[in-house]
Amino acid sequence: MHTTHEKFEEMATILKQEKIAEGIYSMWLGTKEIAAHAKAGQFVSLYCNEGSRLLPRPISICEIDQKEHAVRLVYRVVGKGTDEFSGMDAGMQLKVVGPLGNGFPKGEKKAFLIGGGIGIPPMLELAKELDCEKQIVLGFRDELFLMDEFKEQGEVYIATEDGSAGTKGNVLDAIRENALTADVIYACGPAPMLRALKEYAQENDIECWISMEERMACGIGACLACVCKSKEVDAHSNVKNKRICKEGPVFAAGEVDF
Amino acid sequence: MNLKVDLCGVTLENPVMTASGTFGSGEEYSEFVDLNKLGAVVTKGVANVPWEGNPTPRVAEVYGGMLNAIGLQNPGIDLFIKRDIPFLKQYDTKIIVNVCGHTTEEYIEVVERLSDQPVDLLEINISCPNVKEGGIAFGQNPKTVEGITREIKKHAKQPVIMKLSPNVTDITEMARAAEAGGADALSMINTITGMKIDIHRRCFALANRTGGMSGPAVHPVAVRMVYQSAQAVKIPIIGMGGILNAEDAIEMILAGATAVSVGTANFTNPRVSEEVVDGIRAYMERYQVADIKELIGAVHDR
Repeated sequence: MHTTHEKFEEMATILKQEKIAEGIYSMWLGTKEIAAHAKAGQFVSLYCNEGSRLLPRPISICEIDQKEHAVRLVYRVVGKGTDEFSGMDAGMQLKVVGPLGNGFPKGEKKAFLIGGGIGIPPMLELAKELDCEKQIVLGFRDELFLMDEFKEQGEVYIATEDGSAGTKGNVLDAIRENALTADVIYACGPAPMLRALKEYAQENDIECWISMEERMACGIGACLACVCKSKEVDAHSNVKNKRICKEGPVFAAGEVDF
Repeated sequence: MNLKVDLCGVTLENPVMTASGTFGSGEEYSEFVDLNKLGAVVTKGVANVPWEGNPTPRVAEVYGGMLNAIGLQNPGIDLFIKRDIPFLKQYDTKIIVNVCGHTTEEYIEVVERLSDQPVDLLEINISCPNVKEGGIAFGQNPKTVEGITREIKKHAKQPVIMKLSPNVTDITEMARAAEAGGADALSMINTITGMKIDIHRRCFALANRTGGMSGPAVHPVAVRMVYQSAQAVKIPIIGMGGILNAEDAIEMILAGATAVSVGTANFTNPRVSEEVVDGIRAYMERYQVADIKELIGAVHDR
């Protein structure tokens, strides 16, 4: 399902930045073209201003505000690059390229929107764009974030590893504890969670769309760094590898092996 | 003002090309760069059959550079001829195909398949540090460098560029060996073998454990090797290694490179290859250089 979307390179201005949980930041970026063209499930490449950091950081889009020409990125500080971003204030500028990758295919079936950890943010824009019955299931380590925004979009069920809120355990534990059902899964989160959801979808014979991540370099499909294994030979690579940045990051769970 | 350079009988509109492996076959970057403005596009390495490459993670960032261990994933020569060459033919730029293989026979098979294709030059990758067979195994011993160069020259219809590894004690030995084997040009440097360790998880950052280092941190090493090789051989040299901008490219040309390749910098700035061309032009205007050939190897002592 590799299609070419128009990509834009912009110097974006930070409109607002705040810490929303320990190590997790929310940044609104003023980007005219990217905001106008982005869809839920796509990501942007964010470039560091510090010149020793050469590679862009791929960050999923959490919200799109076309009217205000802005996109919201919610990211975890995991290294020097994201640490640099987190120290920037409103008014400062960052180079950004996007929107990248393919978004989630949107239907009308009753849907599970499932996010785990830093895979939670992209599910927010999807929740806003989907016009169907939604059950939002979010898995946190401990501290919750983006809860108010999600509650505006539908029923929210949560799981925490330490049991401090919602179901103690993971997102599947929350689904079972609340006896939830749906006809399609949209998910983003750590690989073990996605693996469990792929299995759950197969057992229940429902559609399942997952958003994957991997270390990237170019972000546009040229360098072949961010591949994942595919079930069939991929049309572009001619081997059983798909580029997460280009054919993904959203895949039908059945087409990838991970 | 003349920016044209001659590379073994092929005239490039300007000396700027893309480094193999960083630019695919140009399609993805064509959304950011006008490929017509580049001297040449050097493709990702292609083998006789599709290669799956290495497990992920395949890249890691380091201070002023990056490590990669892609493992030469490629779609194989059949699909490459059907899809990638026709794509590049739409543009007014020279096409340089990078060729990889595990054995001499595999290199030769690709070279022969390309013999009737609209390809201007071949770049032979005997310097990839990330594959177990072939690649660098051919590039670290002068006798093997000379031998494989000679074998490839017997079968190649296009001029042959041998891409050398910096992971050797004396680059000039390899440069001379390739020249003795009949190489029409050299390109250098491929990446420098490196390693990164994630101290928090106490594991290797790359699935392959080691990877090839590139980026501005390796630029001075590359400039030195281009300079030394230019003193040692008569054939033209394509300089690469950490070129981030026109200044870096000009340094490489002054060291003795006839042309330059921009690699890792594409990841930092997808428009960089075109910007390097513009920057070289601006430098020539500033110093009133009428012909870029005046700059090739023009470095002198203080």
